[in-house]
Formats: sequence, C-alpha cells, structure tokens
Amino acid sequence: MNYQAYMIKYAEIGTKGKNRYVFEDILCKNIRNRLRSVGDYTVTKEYGRIYVTPEGEHDYEDTIAALKTVFGIVGICPVVISADTSFDSIKERAIAFVGEAYSDKKKTFKVNAKRVNKQYPMSSMEMNADLGEALLEAYSELKVDVHDPDIMLQVEVRNEIYIYSLTIPGPGGLPIGTNGKAMLLLSGGIDSPVAGYMISKRGVGLSATYFHAPPYTSDRAKQKVVDLAKCVARYSGNIRLHVVNFTDIQMAIYKNCPHDELTIIMRRYMMKIAEELAKKDECQALITGESIGQVASQTMQSLTVTNAVCTMPVFRPCIGMDKQEIVELSEKIDTYETSILPYEDCCTIFVAKHPVTKPKLEAIEKSEKLLEGIIEPLYEEALNTVELIHVRA
Amino acid sequence: MEPYFDNAATTYVDEDVAKLVYDIMTDKYGNPSSKHRKGMEAEQYIREARETFSDILKVSGKWIVFTSGGTESNNLALIGAAKANKRAGKHIITTPIEHASVYNPLLYLEKQGFELSFLEVDEYGKVKLDSLKELLREDTILVSIMTVNNEIGTIEPIEECAKIVKEYNKDIVFHSDGVQAFGKLNLYPSRIGVDLYSISGHKLHSPKGVGALYINPKIKLNPQILGGGQQWDFRSGTENVPGIAGLSLAARKAYEKLDERVGHFKEIKDALTEGVMTIEGVRNNSGDAPHVASFSFEGVRSEVLLHALEDKGIYVSSGSACSSNHPGISGVLKSIGLPKELLDSTIRFSFSERNTIEEVEYTVEALKELVPVLRQFVAR
Repeated sequence: MNYQAYMIKYAEIGTKGKNRYVFEDILCKNIRNRLRSVGDYTVTKEYGRIYVTPEGEHDYEDTIAALKTVFGIVGICPVVISADTSFDSIKERAIAFVGEAYSDKKKTFKVNAKRVNKQYPMSSMEMNADLGEALLEAYSELKVDVHDPDIMLQVEVRNEIYIYSLTIPGPGGLPIGTNGKAMLLLSGGIDSPVAGYMISKRGVGLSATYFHAPPYTSDRAKQKVVDLAKCVARYSGNIRLHVVNFTDIQMAIYKNCPHDELTIIMRRYMMKIAEELAKKDECQALITGESIGQVASQTMQSLTVTNAVCTMPVFRPCIGMDKQEIVELSEKIDTYETSILPYEDCCTIFVAKHPVTKPKLEAIEKSEKLLEGIIEPLYEEALNTVELIHVRA
Repeated sequence: MEPYFDNAATTYVDEDVAKLVYDIMTDKYGNPSSKHRKGMEAEQYIREARETFSDILKVSGKWIVFTSGGTESNNLALIGAAKANKRAGKHIITTPIEHASVYNPLLYLEKQGFELSFLEVDEYGKVKLDSLKELLREDTILVSIMTVNNEIGTIEPIEECAKIVKEYNKDIVFHSDGVQAFGKLNLYPSRIGVDLYSISGHKLHSPKGVGALYINPKIKLNPQILGGGQQWDFRSGTENVPGIAGLSLAARKAYEKLDERVGHFKEIKDALTEGVMTIEGVRNNSGDAPHVASFSFEGVRSEVLLHALEDKGIYVSSGSACSSNHPGISGVLKSIGLPKELLDSTIRFSFSERNTIEEVEYTVEALKELVPVLRQFVAR
C-alpha cells in the first residue's frame, strides 16, 4: 500500500507538563536527523501530533526501520491521506485500506471516526455506523467488536481525510538529548553495548571509553569495539569513542600488586580514567555493563570497591539481569554477533586463576600504595594519548 | 623498515603481473567463449597459460583446469575424485597435517559415508612410509598428501608415497596439495604418479582468486561447479582471464629463476634461524622448505608476540594451535609432538625475494628485545 505519511505516537513525553514542547521539538529534530540518510521527509508537529511526510518516492521498510531506532517513539502509524472529503470517497478508501492492509479478513473490527473539522456534514457516530456497514458489505468475514477489536480503523476528518489502523511499536523511551550525556565503559563483550542502549533509551546521549592493551589486544579487537559503538549509535546518536592505551598501567599493576587483586585494581583505574574523560566530555554519569555476581570482579564487594574511586553516579542497567536476558537484548539491538567474535580484551589477558571475590577496600587501597611514584606518570600518559574516534549514527 | 615475513599467507603482486592483469581487464576484456575476435583474443591468454603450466609441470597442457584458488582446486580434486570413484570403494587416506581446504572437504566426505584414515608423521612432520603401506586397503580409492606443509615447511616424500600407492593399486587416485610447493620446487606429477595437483596464484605474486588443478586424463573426476560447460565441463563459469594470465606470468617468472629464488630464501632462512636460535628457550620447528621457518618461544604467547612485532612493522603469522576434536587429527604442531606449552607459542616466518638480510637483522634485534619483556608478563 502507498502510505502518504507516518503518524508518530509518543506517550511519556506527553506527560511532562510545560517541558512537553521542548521534548517534542527534540524528538522532531532526532527524527529528522535519523531520516536524513534514508530519504527526503518533512517532520511536522500539528494538532499535538508528529507527522513524518515523505517527499516523493520513499521506501516503506527503510522508513519504518529507521523510525524504530528513534527513542521517544512509542508507535508508528502509516497513514493514507485523501484530499477528497466526500463520504463516498471516504467509504471507498476505507474499504481499499482494509482490503490491502489485512490479507486475512477473519477479524473483528471497529471504526473510530473523528472530526477535527467540525463543519463536516456527518457526525462521528453516523460515520462510524455507515463505514462499518460498508465494510461488512465489502468483506463478509469481518465481524464487529466495539470492545476489543483486532482492527481499530481510525478515520480522521481534517482538511483532508486521514485513514490508519496499524500501529508498529517503536523503541519507546525518551528522546536523546532530553536527559544529558553519560560515559559508557565499552568493552568488546555482550553486556556493555546493552547497558549503553538501555541508558540512552532514557534520553541520554553517549560518549564511550575503550581500554586498549597492545600488543595483548589486537587492532581487530579495537575494530570490534568501533563496530559495537556503531550499533549502539544507531539508537543513541553519534558517539565520541575514547581509546585509552592501558598496557603500561596494566603492566605496572601486574609487576607491583598481588596477582589475585589485579583485576579489581585494574578496574578501579579504568573507572578513574573514564571519569576524567567523562568530565572533559561534559558527561554527568558513567555507565557499565556490570551485573551482580557475573564474574569475580562483579560481586557486590567488588562493585563496592570499584565504585569507591568514582564521584560521579555509575549507572549499571544490567545489574539485575541474567546473562540470558542481556543476550536477548543484545540480539535485539544487533550487537550479539559482533560481541562474540573471539578477540581478547584487556580484562581477560592476565586474569588470575583465583581472583579475590570479596575484596576489602582498605586492603585494596593498601595494595595500590605499592604503585605510588610509579603509576602517576603512566596515568597521565594514558590520558594524554587518548585516541578519539567519532562514531557516527 | 617494514619486513613482511608472511609470504606463505599471501604475497605482493608482481608489477609486471599487475600491469598485464590491468591491460586485460581494461582492454582485452572479451569472454573466451564469445565467437568474435574479442573472445578469441581472450581465449588466447588461457591457451598460453595452459602451455606455461604444461612446460613447468611437464604434463599435457589440456589437463590444467583453472579455478578460483587453492581451496577450490582441493575441493574439486577431493570431492570430485571421491564421488566419481565411490563404486570402487569408500576408503580415503590422508595426513594429520593437511590444510583446512583439504581437511574439511574430507570431513564432509566422511559425513557422506566415506571412511578416513590418517597417516602417521614423524617429529619433523614427514609421513611415515610404513604407515602408508599399512593403511592401504582393497577399498582405498583416494590418497591425499600435501607436498609442502604450510605451517612448518616440511617437504613430504611425495614421489615415494605415490610409488607405494600406485604399486599397491594403480587405480587409486593420488592427490597432492601443491599450494606451498608450486614456485618453490620442481614436481612433475605425471612422471611420479600424482593424479591431481593443486596450485594457488596468490602465494607466488599473482592476484588472489585464481588457482589451477592438474588432472591426470586417465582418472575419473566429477565436476563440482555446473553451468556453461567451460574447461571441458570440469569447471563451468566464465574463465577469470586476467587472473589466469597473471598466474601464468607469475609462474613463468618464478620458474625461470627458481634456483636464484630458492637460494635467496635459503640465505634469509639461515640468517634468521641463526639469529633467532641465539635467544634462549627457542625451539626450531622448521622443515626443509626454503621459504618457511617456524620457531616456538617458551613462555610467550604467539599472538602477543605477533602484535608486538607488528608494532615494529614486522609481519609474521602465529602457528595455529589447532583445536580440532577429530580423532587422529589435531593440528600440525601437535602431530609433530610439540609440547603442549609450546603449541600456543609458535611463530611462522615465510619469505619472498624482497626480504633482505637487513630485515632479518632488524627482526632478530626486535625479538631479542621483545621476548624477554613478554616473558615477564604471563598469566600466573
């Protein structure tokens, strides 16, 4: 079917009081940005709704796929618009619409006519009844159900006639940019891209930090992280990806600290560096993919010790999720296949056979004292040699 | 300096070859099957290429089939011969050190009901001739033994093997994967009883995506790609004329100066071996092939060393510690009895004419510097 427009449904942002207009304008802007690479569209706000209108030829599948990545959109209704407002024409259009949109007619339906143009000669009730009758006549298998219909046929009378019924679910959430920006600690694993997706869904823009440890991790491992960032950026918008060379810091910890504490101390340094970069990038929080108890460094005690180096809030949206639940989300956002490519990341290279699972902050801080005078220049060097990659949506 | 020591993976394209390929692509672009002059012109390149191969291999030119590369040649040879000869039996013999493009088609055949037996190899990767004699059976239809191993450079006693097989039963088809051998040594398949011989282009300075298979006209072989019936039905599909002409020129150049090339490889290999072996805790796994050297560095993970060398502009390959679960086959390094802790510590160096003694010296220095450092950092 040829749809002339897409009506965008958004739920949550309608409830934000006076901020509503701000939210709507940002959503419109985000939709425009996202569709720029798909084709020519105009995005307009009217009568408290957002309409996406293609200019000339457009690809239905591509349009829907793009809109499904814009946070803030709850539903997408493809709309048929007709300039001929005569009731006969409306009837004809409604019959054609149901005929094409639903191949199986063994369904219940209800017509819901609305008149924005109150000058129209028929009342909504009359329109509902007459259109219902016409549809029953055209398709004998259809049945009326006014309470819980399979097909809710919306007919809106404005200066033109709008007919729609399908609502394709959008990603939900809030428009990116309405809730600031956060720094995602992105590894090559399954969890961190999912964490980034989940937080950006709440309207948060993203920056990201990746810890690279050549020659222990390869350029392919780095490329994998860039690819993952690209997947997340489809939803979150452009991501500034900071690649930190972490090898020397890791080596210093390896040489000077107890081996079973290596991972936890390493993670504390990662958080510190990420926080510094976050401040520079005007982020207000950190995001990690941690989940309680998943590995030794993610026990509650370990999380507490890691958390102690940060002053910014650390968001851990996967914290209560099972691995399987995280995997399902990663499949949904298309990061899973990339995440499972077998390149070593810097967290796994020197892992101890029996790392501490119940670290005490005092003990870890004492071990870190062993790094005094050694680690500071390496820390500065790591911050000064960050490679910035602009990952585009 | 940017020493490229990964020539067993792939090589640079020779400049003359590239020019010829370009010229054919942009000017002599006809389809060899076309009836007009443009087609005839293209066909001429293929005819010339066949002549080149018949000269080098000393076989009748008609029996060279051009393919998309070593993998396709091996697939066509093994699957084609097994399927065409299955009435005579279903037993196939191979070695535990074959390349994946031989091993995996054979595993496929095993799933199709063929039976696989694996030869024993000694600590240098050489096939034990006694084990071949023991494995041959009445229902053996196919034997596949590579000429030169790709990971450690063992040269297999192909002539002796083929002789044993043919004396046992002249109808058994003998295949050899010559991908690492072609351009580095002389082998005349029809004179020594090799029925099928696989060749790849990009290992000897021609473009990727072209290869060849010598087929003994007396054996039965089923085509694997069906279509327009090109190349006497053995391999349908419009011939890759630029690639084939490029392969032909590269082959001619390689064999015109074979002794000189081999001499150069040996010089590089000897210098590198001498230098590397001054480092403590290194095991030399290299076979006789002039262009391949393999070393295991105790206490160093090969992938880490590879990336550390890469950082200095040196390109090598990590000897893969094959993790196959198949009984009888467990990777080249395992088959030669390499201790478990060295499997993941092995680096392959492979050479071309462009490599220099200076590059070797630079590389040895780099290794002397890197290996002790990397040994400090291992998972405890």
